[in-house]
Amino acid sequence: MIGRRAALALGAMALARPSRAASGRIVVVGGGFAGATCARALAQGGHAVTLVEANPVYHSCPFSNPVIAGLREPEAQAFGYDGVRRDGVVLAQQAAVGVDAAARRVRLADGGVLDYDRLVLAPGVDLRFDALPGYDEAAAETLPHAWKGAAKAVLLRRQLEAMEDGGTVLMAVPANPYRCPPGPYERASLIAWYLSRHKPRSKLVVLDAKDAFSKQRLFQAAWAELYPGRIEWVPLSSGGGVIEVDAGARTLVTDFGRHTGAVVNVIPPQRAGGIAALAGVADRSLWCPIDPVTFESRLVPGVHVLGDAAIAGAMPKSAFAANAQAKVCAAAITSLLRGEAPVEPRLINTCYSLVAPEYGISVAGVYRPEGGRLVDIEGAGETSPLDAPREVRALEAAYAGSWFETVTAEVWG
Amino acid sequence: MTWRGCSSALLALLALLCVGAAPDVVAAPAGASSCSGCHSPAPGVGAVPHIAGLSADQIAGAMAEFRSGERPATVMNRIAKGFSEAESRAIAEWVAAGSRP
Repeated sequence: MIGRRAALALGAMALARPSRAASGRIVVVGGGFAGATCARALAQGGHAVTLVEANPVYHSCPFSNPVIAGLREPEAQAFGYDGVRRDGVVLAQQAAVGVDAAARRVRLADGGVLDYDRLVLAPGVDLRFDALPGYDEAAAETLPHAWKGAAKAVLLRRQLEAMEDGGTVLMAVPANPYRCPPGPYERASLIAWYLSRHKPRSKLVVLDAKDAFSKQRLFQAAWAELYPGRIEWVPLSSGGGVIEVDAGARTLVTDFGRHTGAVVNVIPPQRAGGIAALAGVADRSLWCPIDPVTFESRLVPGVHVLGDAAIAGAMPKSAFAANAQAKVCAAAITSLLRGEAPVEPRLINTCYSLVAPEYGISVAGVYRPEGGRLVDIEGAGETSPLDAPREVRALEAAYAGSWFETVTAEVWG
Repeated sequence: MTWRGCSSALLALLALLCVGAAPDVVAAPAGASSCSGCHSPAPGVGAVPHIAGLSADQIAGAMAEFRSGERPATVMNRIAKGFSEAESRAIAEWVAAGSRP
């Protein structure tokens, strides 16, 4: 028990530091790059934070393409939550199944409920198994997406390893928006790297539902230099749009014809992770409109949406962006709970892609809120130069690995 | 002492006064919290140059050189162009004051 004098002194301290009194109960749903970052930043700021994440281990999508190409082991993609717990975050290893925004309450799969002052949803993406006829979860067992989790990336790698030399690899790439805009082209590059070494008579056909893509000139210049004749990119206007999948025949159907592959990778269309729709924060686009200063939902007050699920204007759906948004959102939530106006943020993104093990390229951007959305700051960002020497490509490949090591330490370490 | 010197000294004093308070995520100036995505607070991690332990002048000076193109870079030249001199200075002060880089 503390004495009256000590209690008075403590009271005086509390008055002197009003910020301490303005901590809140925060529930964060989703333990990926956005959610885990935000949970830790909020806990470090003195809030009572519960992180709702059904899986005990997170498998990173960044650097999963090197796993597919046999350049990296899947174990290097796995991250647990001990570091998050060390910061005082309470883990609820549960799926969130509903949100009652009026009562400020999250419902969990086991019937439990969590009350909150502010809710952060960072559910990532759900793959849409209803969008491409013939491509459902069963089809993904033979034509792996390798766009979430570890198992399908390993399956795609095994299929490439088992393929006879001379077999054709097919990739289906969706229209925008989807997680990691340059990801399919990094994947095409590293599969071409694998084929050039292990299946020299094989080639890769990329059927794309769009006519332009991230870092396109850099990728295509590198493909011509490193993998001449091995990658055939078919844009939408040349018949690249896949409209149907025949999984049994390992065949992709387009308006222009049918393509059959020895190995077929289908990256399906995507949407904000399931809880977003259940919470009412996703709009008809299936993604979540947000305020660009606080990342608070435009549709449901008191709920913030981060990372791939959010409509973040010019910011791409990348892990770097998710991590940066999470820190800005944590600061905004602290301000809101103190009754202060959040600081207008500035956000950075840098996305690295590996075209070969020692050949990296990047796209960067700096963003600020304008007219209710996040916009690019003119003159900043852009891609690596088209004419950079190989030393610069090697340096960017090293920086890509370094970024992964640093950011995953901040998120889970 | 210049105005800039004065404000640095004030910031340093403020930082001293704040010792013992919980880490304050609000205090980060616009853009500053993004840096730690690449720049590790732990020495010896990764190939990306370390900024933890640098002075505010060194960081702000580097940002100015990245912005002008004077200092060769892979990506910082592209990022620095998104910040003014004053904005870079605020970030540099925050990083140098021992906040998360």
